[in-house]
Amino acid sequence: MSEQQFEPVIVGFLCNWCSYRAADLAGTSRTKYAPNMRAIRVMCSGRVDPQFVLKALREGADGVMIAGCHPGECHYVEGNIKALRRYVLLKRMLKQWGIEKERVQLVWASASEGNLLAEAVDRMTEEVRALGPLRWRQAVLGGNGHKPVETAEVEVEVEEV
Amino acid sequence: MSEKVGVYVCHCGTNIAGVVDVEEVSNWAGEQPNVVCSRDYKFMCSSLGQELIEEDIKEHGLTRIVVAACSPHMHEKTFRGATERGGLNPYLFEMANIREHNSWATTDKAAATHKAKALVNGAVERVVHHQPLEPIPVEINPATLVVGGGIAGISAALELADAGNHVYLVEREPSIGGHMAQLDKTFPTLDCSACILTPKMVDVEQHPNITLYSWSEVENISGYIGNFNVTVRKKARYVIEELCTGCGICEEKCPRKVVDEVFEAGLAQRKAIYTPFPQAVPKYPVLDPPNCTYFERGKCKACQILCPTGAIDFEQEDELLEFPVGNVILATGYDLFDSNRIPQYGYGHLANVFTSLEFERMVNASGPTDGKIVLRDGESVPQSVAIVHCVGSRDNNYHEYCSKVCCMYSLKFAHLVHERIPEAEVYNFYIDIRTPGKGYEEFYNRLLEEGTHFIRGRVADVTDAARLPGEEGKLIVQAEDTLIGKQRRIPVDMVILSAGMEARHDSQDVSLMFGMGCDFDGFFTERHPKLDPVATMTEGIFIAGACQGPKDIPDSVAQGAAAAARVAGLVNQETVMMEPVRASINKETCSGCRLCNDLCPYNAIVFHEDQKLSEVITALCQGCGTCVAACPSSAINGAHFTNEQVFSEIEGILWDVMEHQAVPA
Ligand SMILES: Cc1cc2nc3c(=O)[nH]c(=O)nc-3n(C[C@H](O)[C@H](O)[C@H](O)COP(=O)(O)OP(=O)(O)OC[C@H]3O[C@@H](n4cnc5c(N)ncnc54)[C@H](O)[C@@H]3O)c2cc1C
Ligand code: SF4
Ligand code: SF4
Ligand code: FES
Repeated sequence: MSEQQFEPVIVGFLCNWCSYRAADLAGTSRTKYAPNMRAIRVMCSGRVDPQFVLKALREGADGVMIAGCHPGECHYVEGNIKALRRYVLLKRMLKQWGIEKERVQLVWASASEGNLLAEAVDRMTEEVRALGPLRWRQAVLGGNGHKPVETAEVEVEVEEV
Repeated sequence: MSEKVGVYVCHCGTNIAGVVDVEEVSNWAGEQPNVVCSRDYKFMCSSLGQELIEEDIKEHGLTRIVVAACSPHMHEKTFRGATERGGLNPYLFEMANIREHNSWATTDKAAATHKAKALVNGAVERVVHHQPLEPIPVEINPATLVVGGGIAGISAALELADAGNHVYLVEREPSIGGHMAQLDKTFPTLDCSACILTPKMVDVEQHPNITLYSWSEVENISGYIGNFNVTVRKKARYVIEELCTGCGICEEKCPRKVVDEVFEAGLAQRKAIYTPFPQAVPKYPVLDPPNCTYFERGKCKACQILCPTGAIDFEQEDELLEFPVGNVILATGYDLFDSNRIPQYGYGHLANVFTSLEFERMVNASGPTDGKIVLRDGESVPQSVAIVHCVGSRDNNYHEYCSKVCCMYSLKFAHLVHERIPEAEVYNFYIDIRTPGKGYEEFYNRLLEEGTHFIRGRVADVTDAARLPGEEGKLIVQAEDTLIGKQRRIPVDMVILSAGMEARHDSQDVSLMFGMGCDFDGFFTERHPKLDPVATMTEGIFIAGACQGPKDIPDSVAQGAAAAARVAGLVNQETVMMEPVRASINKETCSGCRLCNDLCPYNAIVFHEDQKLSEVITALCQGCGTCVAACPSSAINGAHFTNEQVFSEIEGILWDVMEHQAVPA
């Protein structure tokens, strides 16, 4: 194992209308990109509860990508703007825990931008590969990982403007 | 909870099986908790594949179904159908996308097989938490709103009205007709634009099923498919429509003249009270207060005094009209690219550089020069004319896209110059000649025979700085002729800029108001670029014509009719079934903080002061889930995307890494 190159696991939360379709299009156009991102479909990037991100990191993901429609193009008017606001707050918190900023990324990709999404996955995969495994329990708890982290402990205060 | 899950891994011929070891995935899935039956099959979407699911449900008593195949955008509906036919609620099904997101995106077989397992496992863990859901029936109001009365909007309105449906047609300008009303002849057949358009406009006016609001704009729209509520601002015309006979005396007698920047493209004047063109529909004129002597100085009223029916009303105010509709067709058209943006082409400072729309007005027999092609002085007949293609199109500084109609109308212009001034030389400067359309290439060949000079190369600039003999007093068009690899300077009397089509300047505002998307260029986004070109991502909102992208009249008409057919289909159904992906608030846990209230883009959440509780109006909710993600009390349930379902999916797709998480290396 140790001699092999580290393959990060990235969870992608892709909005149904733009980014999920961008990933569909990347496939349909046979664009090849890193197989490291595993996609979960959400109706809108605005549905991405910060708890989803934390849950993914806690369960072993090395990185999380949130992808939605470009500002102004959200199917639900501006769910992506709400996602952006939450993302900014979430990043602040992750920083306090010493989690590198490359591990959680927000990407805009419209349904016609399969290439862009593929490139973002490639880029992020390399960035997270360079950082190495996350090892949440040590990173966040600083301990040996005996005590599982409950969602409630890491609940995020989200200001909505 | 113990559910019996059936997993079906599709080969999709070799599309999946060529990269993913489907057998291995299926065997592995069979060993996972809750999975009682797991198979791989060549084509799951075939009727045999679907029957497999139906039979297994009955035979093995399956309670949940997972199909690992293509994107749910391809076949979710198909497999929900099979699930339902097997006797289960269709929402007890989940799809794992192992084709678009996996086998087509990598060549690494081991990685793809591994990823497929993760995706299948995510779906299995999620589906266990699925709940049976019922689609929500919504009644469709049979009336339709069509926004924009260009040829696309006219076609859509007439199709619907002829089929017996009521249409509200809202046009911003004083008359319907759009750009087509400004054109002279239309390519490639050269039939006169007004001759084919006017009867359609009259049909609109006289149709018992069409309510036309011209000089009006949509101010607000709320609601959802089947049940929109529209507010239209009918701008004051200062003319009482019931009294006006359209005799035109007011216009004739009005002493104030202003340049007509809209219909005549700045080439002619109109009065302060005017109908933009003789065949205008409706026939009632519009008074333009900023240019009216009475509004300016309190004196004049010539129109009012002379109107034989007393139809002029200086006190008239804007009216707000409200009405319900079931569907909307947007046909707001395009703006012409502003040639001032390319200063080196001289428009605005070299008098004899014209835009294409100016030229259309000029060659029009009822236009400002009665159809004579003349220079800006109004008299001199040009002996040489340069037509510059692709102005603002196919140019990374302006628009990357091709405007599709400019080549054809440039050829049409060349023909019209030959026809009206047989001795004139015509030079068409082009990058490529694009003539894809019925009879279009033939039209090009005809122009080649008519003796037009075709010079292949993008024009660098247009100048009046003469350098060589014969250039004095001329406009010199400079371009690299890429066919002979030489710079050329062609002196001409007149230059026509074939400006491209661009999205309406306010298309972004319109798309926001109607809650649908537009692309970077501002054109409205269709639901699918190939398979669903007139629907949008918002149910009940359709698009037609040049607002969706550059197109010519035949394509605009086709889209208008297509959009009408889509709407008529919905109206015929009377009700539509909507995805039950909706939010609901748990009364027990809602703290009444009201955070969600302002968050909902559809104002679907109301607050009950008496109970200090929020509630989602199901019919208004579109299911985005924003409120679900934000509620600090976790009181909002997002059906089919519940926290529990997403959490389980996360755990499922991370099956392989959860382990070494527990025991840190
Ligand atoms: C110089 C030139 C020559 C051309 N020659 C030809 C030709 O020979 N043959 C051919 O096939 N095509 C030709 N075309 C293309 C043709 O003009 C278009 O294909 C056609 O006009 C598109 O129709 P439309 O209804 O989509 O848009 P438009 O004609 O732009 O009509 C849109 C209508 O919507 C109204 N509107 C816009 N926004 C709103 C709003 N918010 N609320 C209410 N109303 C609104 C506008 O006032 C307008 O009446 C030419 C184009 C140009 C520029
Ligand atoms: S955010 Fe949650 S708790 Fe607050 S009002 Fe809305 S549903 Fe109730
Ligand atoms: S999910 Fe919530 S925020 Fe989104 S439309 Fe429904 S009620 Fe509004
Ligand atoms: S639907 Fe894509 S971000 Fe909202």
